[in-house]
Amino acid sequence: MWQILINRFKQGYRTIAYPKQVPGFPGRYRGRPVDVKGPVNLGELLFNEEAAAEGCFTYSKDHRMAVSNKEDLVAQGDEIRLAGALNDKMKRLFGRSLKLRQVCAGGCNGCEAEIQVTNIVVFDLSRFGIQFVASPRHADGLVITGPVTKNMELALKKTYEAMPHPKIVIAVGSCAISGGPFRGSTEVRNGADSVVPVDLYIPGCPPHPLTILDGLLRMLDRLEKKQ
Amino acid sequence: MSFERFYVHNGQAWALAQVPVLDEVSFRREILESCAAAGRLVSLFAHGPKDKNICIYAVVGMDHEGRLSVFSMQVPAGKTGFESLTPVLPQAHLFEREIAEQSGLQPQGHPWPKPVRRHQNYSFYQIHSEEVHEVAVGPVHAGIIEPGHFRFQCHGEEVLNLEIQLGYQHRGIEKMMEEISLERAVLVAESVAGDTVIGHTSAFCSNIEALSDTQVPLQAEMIRAMALELERLANHVGDLGALSTDIGFLPVSAYYGRLRGEFLNLSMELCGSRFGRSLCRPGGVLFSLDEGMIDDFRRRLLKAKKDFTDVAELFFSTPSVLSRLESTGRISRQAVEQLGLVGLTARACGHERDVRTDYASGMFRFHHIPVSTASSGDVYARALVRRLEAQRSIEFLLEALQQIPSGELLNKPSRLKPDSMALSMAEGWRGEIAHVAITDSQSRICRYKIKDPSFNNWMALSLAVRGGQISDFPLCNKSFNLSYAGHDL
Repeated sequence: MWQILINRFKQGYRTIAYPKQVPGFPGRYRGRPVDVKGPVNLGELLFNEEAAAEGCFTYSKDHRMAVSNKEDLVAQGDEIRLAGALNDKMKRLFGRSLKLRQVCAGGCNGCEAEIQVTNIVVFDLSRFGIQFVASPRHADGLVITGPVTKNMELALKKTYEAMPHPKIVIAVGSCAISGGPFRGSTEVRNGADSVVPVDLYIPGCPPHPLTILDGLLRMLDRLEKKQ
Repeated sequence: MSFERFYVHNGQAWALAQVPVLDEVSFRREILESCAAAGRLVSLFAHGPKDKNICIYAVVGMDHEGRLSVFSMQVPAGKTGFESLTPVLPQAHLFEREIAEQSGLQPQGHPWPKPVRRHQNYSFYQIHSEEVHEVAVGPVHAGIIEPGHFRFQCHGEEVLNLEIQLGYQHRGIEKMMEEISLERAVLVAESVAGDTVIGHTSAFCSNIEALSDTQVPLQAEMIRAMALELERLANHVGDLGALSTDIGFLPVSAYYGRLRGEFLNLSMELCGSRFGRSLCRPGGVLFSLDEGMIDDFRRRLLKAKKDFTDVAELFFSTPSVLSRLESTGRISRQAVEQLGLVGLTARACGHERDVRTDYASGMFRFHHIPVSTASSGDVYARALVRRLEAQRSIEFLLEALQQIPSGELLNKPSRLKPDSMALSMAEGWRGEIAHVAITDSQSRICRYKIKDPSFNNWMALSLAVRGGQISDFPLCNKSFNLSYAGHDL
């Protein structure tokens, strides 16, 4: 008992002040592309170092890159149109309490791991009223990772159908948006929106936990409006 | 023996013509004899080039001698099968099922010829009795994890049998490797299993380097070894956290979860990705550490080391934790030998099986990390091995930080050698990763065989829960934490 209390005292308070403060990213972090000369599709980008070496863009330290429409994934110049809030009716329903069901449809466990991480004490997703639940019947939204393999297509469809209306679908990671590194393989469907309609796209390979948090809070209109 | 054995070492390439070609009878005898003499199947796969006969390649590892023997068998045209090894050599069971699925050659007499990754309309093993009930779980699970199907036959709480059917994650990686450019292939290698990026990518890179006679700079070897240990640390600490969650010891679960992040963040400092992406490239690495970063790394590692020691001490000294872990999900030493289990699963049963020691390559030829073992083979032993390995990885990293060689980071590989074959292995945090590459006469990769440790070890989970309570399943599962993506490819 004393050991547990001593340990608890040593560990201290670890939850970050996000969204009031955004922690700094290290110098080599590859965030949202800026200074984009030719069009760059954030949904297809694997955020690998070489992609920027070709000179079409540079990686910034900005973690924000979730969008609502697939067209907005194509970056030009320095800005992209980030995800907007849900409509008033949906916001009233889900703004303060959103239950999500996650389906991995061929992901490599990178995106899954980063979604999982949003639950740990550092990010503490539940303080925003967002929670991952065990059954689609309990869920308001579906979070999809992976390119949707042929073997997972049916299970994904059934999960989607099992959720009550109205429902939200969120595609996390390059695979779920475009097939990612597996794009073109005969065993995959090149992304979630070939099977179900998608409301929020969160790019990355995998996206940083803060990129995922930013996308979710932006959709729920829970971020402070900046000037 | 009527032929001269052909031995290779980890990270070597050789001309395809050097591989002994045996007839079916001697191929079979050679596998059985070498496995009886303390050998182990590292890989067994079919390669069917267009307009040629199918060839089956075997790689047998002599762990104690650090030698790998490669030989093959040409399947005559028109022949649709071969005599299965599985009835006398159980560790061949999944390799043979995979051969059947990938090449169409049937292992005749295989006791359990079921699909590996293409399982439409597959009917599960069932026990018919009024007192036995069936529990089906997956492919969509309750947590945020990968898909797979688990079918339990239970008598009350007792699990009589667990059958695991995977393949839901099948993305066709091996086939893609034959069709895409090397630049893209390395990105696919990074996504074989997203929690083992360094393990798989370093094996892939090592194959390309061997096939192009590229010398990897020392500095790159060191950075790769450090990244591999960092990956091990993050995952082992995360797994100890997952075990804490499953036994309901929530404070410790929270501490481990946070600590895992510290190691992932160190990886992000190094290469910009929390999972080691964009670090390993054929010929070397893209990033290293400068003076300032080395000091920062050391400071953060020492702090994490202290935290880890404190938390692990609390976890492993709490009686209710120990009573939950001890004797749960036990697998025997014999099962390890029979099924060819690898990695920490084997080490938790007292087998000193570790690629870093047995088939040392890269920086592990100069820096020896002691092998950590436990003897009881239960969940406790697997947790303990994780704790010991995490400590040793931290020690290795602290030592390595003082000795990072200077010089080049990357020597760009030239063209691959035609009609050649290469084998590279790495000790990922789950265990032995083995990649085999074969090139055709135009120097293109015409076969790429990947074996994740999960491929060997999924069967261990079935055995671990047999005879136990179904409520122990989550705990057993976490104690192995196997990869679905790595198995399904």
